[in-house]
Amino acid sequence: MLFEQLDLQLSAGEILQIAGKNGAGKSSLLRILTGLSEPEDGAVFYRNVTLSQSADDYADDLCFIGHLAGVQPQLTALENLSFWRACFALKPADDWALLATVGLAGLEDIPCQQLSAGQQRRVSLARLWLTPAKIWILDEPFTALDQSAIRALTALIASHCSQGGAVLLTSHQAVDIPGYQVRQYMLEYRW
Amino acid sequence: MSHVVIFRATLRRELKLLARQKADWVNPLLFFIIILTLFPLGVGAKPNLLREIAPGVIWIAALLSVLLGAERQFRQDYRDGVLEQLVAARAPLLGYSLAKITAGWLGSGLPLILVSPLLILFLGLSTDALLAVVLTLLLGTPLLSLLSALGAALTLSADKGGILLALVILPLYIPLLIFASSAVEQASFGLGYQAQLAVLAAMLCVALALVPIAVQKALKLNVG
Repeated sequence: MLFEQLDLQLSAGEILQIAGKNGAGKSSLLRILTGLSEPEDGAVFYRNVTLSQSADDYADDLCFIGHLAGVQPQLTALENLSFWRACFALKPADDWALLATVGLAGLEDIPCQQLSAGQQRRVSLARLWLTPAKIWILDEPFTALDQSAIRALTALIASHCSQGGAVLLTSHQAVDIPGYQVRQYMLEYRW
Repeated sequence: MSHVVIFRATLRRELKLLARQKADWVNPLLFFIIILTLFPLGVGAKPNLLREIAPGVIWIAALLSVLLGAERQFRQDYRDGVLEQLVAARAPLLGYSLAKITAGWLGSGLPLILVSPLLILFLGLSTDALLAVVLTLLLGTPLLSLLSALGAALTLSADKGGILLALVILPLYIPLLIFASSAVEQASFGLGYQAQLAVLAAMLCVALALVPIAVQKALKLNVG
């Protein structure tokens, strides 16, 4: 059993950080909250309806970026973006301008496997600029990012929350979102 | 998002990958060519014997070469987390699966059909038999691709999926092998083989209707 008697609530405009040691079950918790895994006991509610009943509504409002980046390494950043556009409902935008925003100007046409870990992370996070989803669930979004990328991401999270969005993320470092109080939930490590 | 949109996007993406990773379709093709060229050398100067066993040899070579690339079909998207994100977003996986299967056939089935007329020369088959080989490959390789996609999807999260995959789908290949090589054999005797072709076509239709749905369910199961 990884955790029990867990009671979490996330409201609009809120940022919740799940913290805890390696192996405490942060990623497993996120998988349950995204509907990828089923909890052994208990339930996840979205707008007072269980996930199994509101699955489609929930999936429409959810943007999940896990600790696996979801970037196909042989394709370029542009090609990955155009594939996501077909798979997820994304806002129309100029992909070149977007990639410049996330600091990948000049690297649009290079297969992602030739990019550094941090740059690949930027490609995967570029989806956040395009998604109309209200709830973002991000597993270790700041890993491998440099200071400027972290600043851009925290600014994006802040603007998302000011528009009534909600963000749930895991991170080992303290998360500092300008103008926002980040609520922290500590998962205890047990075995 | 509709199935058609994701089908088109996935197919375009897979074709780009085929163009970039040539080993994915060159290796199975080379394997097929190597078996068919080595066989006459191994059997020796016995043209009658060679002609008799040719139907079986061609089909076993085709079957194994499709099996060769089968394991990789969904593996990379699974490892990179692409499938995880698709399942979490409840994206239409049916379109995705169908596109993957189509690309799989374009990469491992179609090249075999294109080179098979050349290879028949090595085995001393008649022109009637040659036509039968091409026709059975046309009906049979899509079926091979469908079944191997099913095996790949079922064994996706298994650690050493390769052997398991072979064990799961080889039994399903057997009816195809029997009818296809029997058609080629009939043709080499100058007899009709419409019945075998009809059975192959029927198997293909059933698989085409059912396998993509099963693949989609298996993918969800393995990711969730």
